[in-house]
Amino acid sequence: MALLGRTAAGLFWMHRYIERAENMARLLDAGMRIAMTNLSSTEEWQSIVTSAGVDLPYREKHDDFESHNVIDYLLRDPDNPSSVLSSFETARTNGRMVRTALTRDVWESLNEGWIVLKRRLARPVREGELPAVLDLVKRQTAHVRGTFYGTMLRNEIFDFSNLGTFVERADNTARILDVKYWVLLPNHSSVGSPLDTFQWGSILRSVSAHRAYAWEYHSDYTALNTIDFLILNRRMPRSLAYSYDCIADALGFLARTYGNEEECHITARDRQERLSHYHAAGEIVESGLHEFLELFIRDNNRLANEIAQCYRFYV
Amino acid sequence: MQPFDEMLTAEGGVRQPYEAFQAWFRAQDPEVLKEKASEAEAFFRRTGITFAVYGDDQAAERLIPFDLIPRVISGAEWRRLSRGIEQRVRAMNAFLDDIYHDQEIVKAGKVPARLIEANEAYLPQMERFQPPGGIYTHIIGVDIVRTAEDQFFVLEDNARTPSGVSYMIENRETMMQMFPELFAHCRIRSVETYPADLRKSLSAVAPPACDGPPVIAVLTPGIHNSAYFEHAFLADQMGVELVEGSDLMEVDGRIAMRTTAGYRPIDVLYRRVDDAFLDPKVFRPDSVLGVPGIMEVYRNGGITIANAPGTGIADDKAIYSYMPDIVEFYTGEGAILQNVPTWRCAEADSLAYVLEHLAELVIKEVHGSGGYGMLVGPAASSAEREAFAAKLRQKPGNYIAQPTLALSTVPVLTEAGLAPRHVDLRPYVLVSDKVRITPGGLTRVALREGSLVVNSSQGGGTKDTWVLED
Repeated sequence: MALLGRTAAGLFWMHRYIERAENMARLLDAGMRIAMTNLSSTEEWQSIVTSAGVDLPYREKHDDFESHNVIDYLLRDPDNPSSVLSSFETARTNGRMVRTALTRDVWESLNEGWIVLKRRLARPVREGELPAVLDLVKRQTAHVRGTFYGTMLRNEIFDFSNLGTFVERADNTARILDVKYWVLLPNHSSVGSPLDTFQWGSILRSVSAHRAYAWEYHSDYTALNTIDFLILNRRMPRSLAYSYDCIADALGFLARTYGNEEECHITARDRQERLSHYHAAGEIVESGLHEFLELFIRDNNRLANEIAQCYRFYV
Repeated sequence: MQPFDEMLTAEGGVRQPYEAFQAWFRAQDPEVLKEKASEAEAFFRRTGITFAVYGDDQAAERLIPFDLIPRVISGAEWRRLSRGIEQRVRAMNAFLDDIYHDQEIVKAGKVPARLIEANEAYLPQMERFQPPGGIYTHIIGVDIVRTAEDQFFVLEDNARTPSGVSYMIENRETMMQMFPELFAHCRIRSVETYPADLRKSLSAVAPPACDGPPVIAVLTPGIHNSAYFEHAFLADQMGVELVEGSDLMEVDGRIAMRTTAGYRPIDVLYRRVDDAFLDPKVFRPDSVLGVPGIMEVYRNGGITIANAPGTGIADDKAIYSYMPDIVEFYTGEGAILQNVPTWRCAEADSLAYVLEHLAELVIKEVHGSGGYGMLVGPAASSAEREAFAAKLRQKPGNYIAQPTLALSTVPVLTEAGLAPRHVDLRPYVLVSDKVRITPGGLTRVALREGSLVVNSSQGGGTKDTWVLED
């Protein structure tokens, strides 16, 4: 049974925005941890804003990168369409639009999450309250995801939702990695220092992966291992390679359901293969991590557009 | 005079249909009941059972307050109401068929021609067209009020797109979740069958072009519509698509929805979009909520539209006053359900009477709904009454007047315990291969003490409505 194109679009965007809300919280977590090293005053927070991709609109509103301004903008500013609150609200609006495609459990977890976050984020969040608030955000998104995996049929509704989740996650992981690039840019000398180790550790923590890193690499946090973990490791559920495996799977199921393949299927497979051709993270770093990530984010967006076109998301 | 209370008698006893409930209620701890009331509210909010109030930015989505005390109707009372409702909805469909064909009832002098031709709800596009199954209004809500043990009146008919049926079902669901033991004690007829009945009803009126199991869809104006929750609820419960105008297009003489696998034709469209917005080629050209060309497809047998366009002519408040004659004309029997006595302000004698008795009457706009644009005489200030009198004189044909009825009351749970509040009742009726009436309906309750306005847009609440199995 085919879905309404608009329904497929709603599912895709609902899951993109749930993922975005969660990753925005993770990004803030990374920023908070890096800032605690007291490297310099506000550079870390600036890097967070840059990585969130909201540099220009942020500058229109604020003259500085004071922590409270950044926290407010990324967490609860209604003028920022990617703030945690805006993202969750957009996810809920999309969920409401496709409500008939969701189980009652999924809808209620989404609606309840929106009610809870709207209430908590109605007032500004002080820096000291940030860990608890970020935790609350992650709980709400985990709740939505839990009901989704626990109750939804594995049909095309599931596939379009997964496409949204993993297209967004790939984008966001690439952005979180990029934070490191921006922070380290003026400080190449610190590579390998204790401070450097701490910063990579912060990035891993922000994707809840510092323990997993230890299991996989049995070593201190190093740049190459972390890059390998977040880009190439197929067991790491937030890595680019894992995300693209899931994207290719979902598109594969859809191709079989509908009996046709188009541009998006080719693009996704091509991306997936390229990620598996790297032997080591060193190859990526040699030709430039930032350049790699920038290109990745652009291609990822192109794939999203191709998916929308193929499955008639819009008129 | 005290209004009739459906639960408690003037002598301090309890009416028979409420006996079992009353016994249970007495055994409850009032504190626990208060907790349950806030539990119910949290449940409604979490579920997203909300409605929007236009022009109210602060609370874009609001809850309709829910009261825990059920409204109970005995089996015998219900049987009588059902007979009256069935008679009335059959007459309404016969009336619509007649009005859009030979207008025998006008020729017979029972209904004045001017009320038809000059009526905005009358659609010339429907003339000489027979909808599939000969049914015009498939889904009807009949608003009924009660003033005494045996006095039931129809307050108005809703033959276009009656709303509220999702509350009927969710109110029951909520009550069953909170007080399961209550449902073990009292024998209450189920209302959950409504979505399945709706699906059956709609399937039975598939258009000639349908060549398989009918594909049904619910057409909604979108998530900003005040009844969006209900549109999604019904589509979900029936297991059919919820579509918007932008999902639909005319393809090869059918109306088709844009899916991930291409365009798929729809056989029966349960539309919750008003006539004026249905087809920009025929009605309002600026409408983006409808589907260009749907009227032509409809007339050619490519789709069934439920309710049919132009059914508003049957629930118009000016036509309402002729309903007893209409029922008699088409069924050959007297109307089982009475109308509320109504003065048609278009008639000079009536207008004079109404102007003289404004302080006792309720004045309604002929085309209005939702409790807007009406005057409740006894509750209005003399300045409000004077202003309204000026409007009446200017456009008398736009108004009808009715006596202020002493609507029956049912207790609600307040901080201070039980307190009587005025109620009405909207049973839901499906007309297709047969007439299906869900035992129950939506009881709306005016939560303010003494208030007679039950509309949710004006501070009304709802109650679970029980029809007993006896």
